[in-house]
Amino acid sequence: MKRVVITGQGTVNALGMNVPDTLEAMREGHCGIGPLEIRDVDRLAIQIGGQVKGYDPDAEFNRQQIVLYDRFTQFTLLSAREAIAQSGLSFVGDLAARSGVVLGNSGGGMNTLDENYRTVYEAGKNRVHPFVVPKLMNNAAASHVSMEFNLKGPTFTVATACASSNHAMGQAFQFIRSGMAEVMITGGSESMLCFGGVKAWEGLRVMSKDACRPFSANRNGMVQGEGAAIFVFEEYEHAKARGAEIIAEVIGFAMTSDAADIVMPSKQNAARTMTLAMQDARINPEEVGYINAHGTGTAANDKTECAAVADALGHHANDLMISSTKSMHGHLIGGTGAVELLACTMALKEGVIAPTIGYEEPDPECALDVVPNVARDADVDVVLSNAFAFGGLNAVLALRRA
Amino acid sequence: MAESVKDKVIAIIAEQAVLEPSDVKDEASLEDLGIDSLGLVESIFAIEEAFDISVPFNANEPEKSDFDVSSISAIIAAVESLIAEQSNS
Repeated sequence: MKRVVITGQGTVNALGMNVPDTLEAMREGHCGIGPLEIRDVDRLAIQIGGQVKGYDPDAEFNRQQIVLYDRFTQFTLLSAREAIAQSGLSFVGDLAARSGVVLGNSGGGMNTLDENYRTVYEAGKNRVHPFVVPKLMNNAAASHVSMEFNLKGPTFTVATACASSNHAMGQAFQFIRSGMAEVMITGGSESMLCFGGVKAWEGLRVMSKDACRPFSANRNGMVQGEGAAIFVFEEYEHAKARGAEIIAEVIGFAMTSDAADIVMPSKQNAARTMTLAMQDARINPEEVGYINAHGTGTAANDKTECAAVADALGHHANDLMISSTKSMHGHLIGGTGAVELLACTMALKEGVIAPTIGYEEPDPECALDVVPNVARDADVDVVLSNAFAFGGLNAVLALRRA
Repeated sequence: MAESVKDKVIAIIAEQAVLEPSDVKDEASLEDLGIDSLGLVESIFAIEEAFDISVPFNANEPEKSDFDVSSISAIIAAVESLIAEQSNS
């Protein structure tokens, strides 16, 4: 089996328009969640989100591109440019043929859908722009990354709700580990902070009106975010031979299904997935120093996840740190695991554990070290990153310090 | 009126081709201007919006469409006749 390392990372999210700004915000425990600035926000019951603000598409893309790129594609391309620039790779010849793109995304071009439904339903027009379909399809971002960087290997999009990015990165990892690909551009994106996107989530009655407070006894729901994070996964010998800077090593992955309920999480299967990821990585629970939690800030997820961690890690659960950065950037749905992997690489590379902010009251059902409110310096060798999606689909990654 | 239709059509084609309107010659084909099939479909959408007309065009069989896209002057003539037809209905 080949070894897989990360040689580039890029992002756009509510905490920053690039990786350095995002990591600085995580170190400072900054909150990127604020009042939504979208059309018809006054008709929403939920008016907050981790929105990317002060972003001007016209400064980044030309007119020809903007008519084809939904916001989720724009975020993806900006993140991919940062990640691939850091890796120093250019894709020609055999490398191009053996390198691909696997991205996570749940909603596709929700802003495009929203705008064009308004055109035909609200404005009563009988004609929409011809590029609605290529703009909203949720493989658009992966395809545009493939086109911009000449990546001609396996390329597709994974849609497993809140686990999309973890599933995507798990696939990318397995493709390289098995020898099927040399380099994979992976991660994910989401942009559903539009009237219809927020309205749909409102309907489920799981959203907070004021803040995302994972593991805190007074938590009252999740907060949506938007953005993207993209990583360059590369075969270890290939990266070493060209003297690339290695950010971290991806050492294991597992995925399971609860086969039980379309929205409620399962402690048993969350625990089983973490155990399988540790087995796949050939590590003992005692080696895990940090877990990036799914940590949505809902009543159901957080207590279930803490119980699952206790089951999977045993006594060691009391000695490790676990935090949810969704408290800062919101829940990016299909893109969330990707942005959260930045907290994992920060822990491994810089020795800084991102905090769970908004933490106000201990919850006996979440009695782990959740790194409340303030980032912490720590020497960590191995981390896990959890994603437990609606639909009962679980995906856990394991990473090791380079 | 005729001049205005021509100017508007040329402006739409020029924007699509990323050219100055003065560089869009009557006898030019879309291919000459570097406009591909996706660009043609977008131009037709822009023409429909600009003149509030419906353009009969199926990208699967462009040669069978009533809308002649063989040159800029053909497109202008086709738009003028569609305006005349559809304003009567």
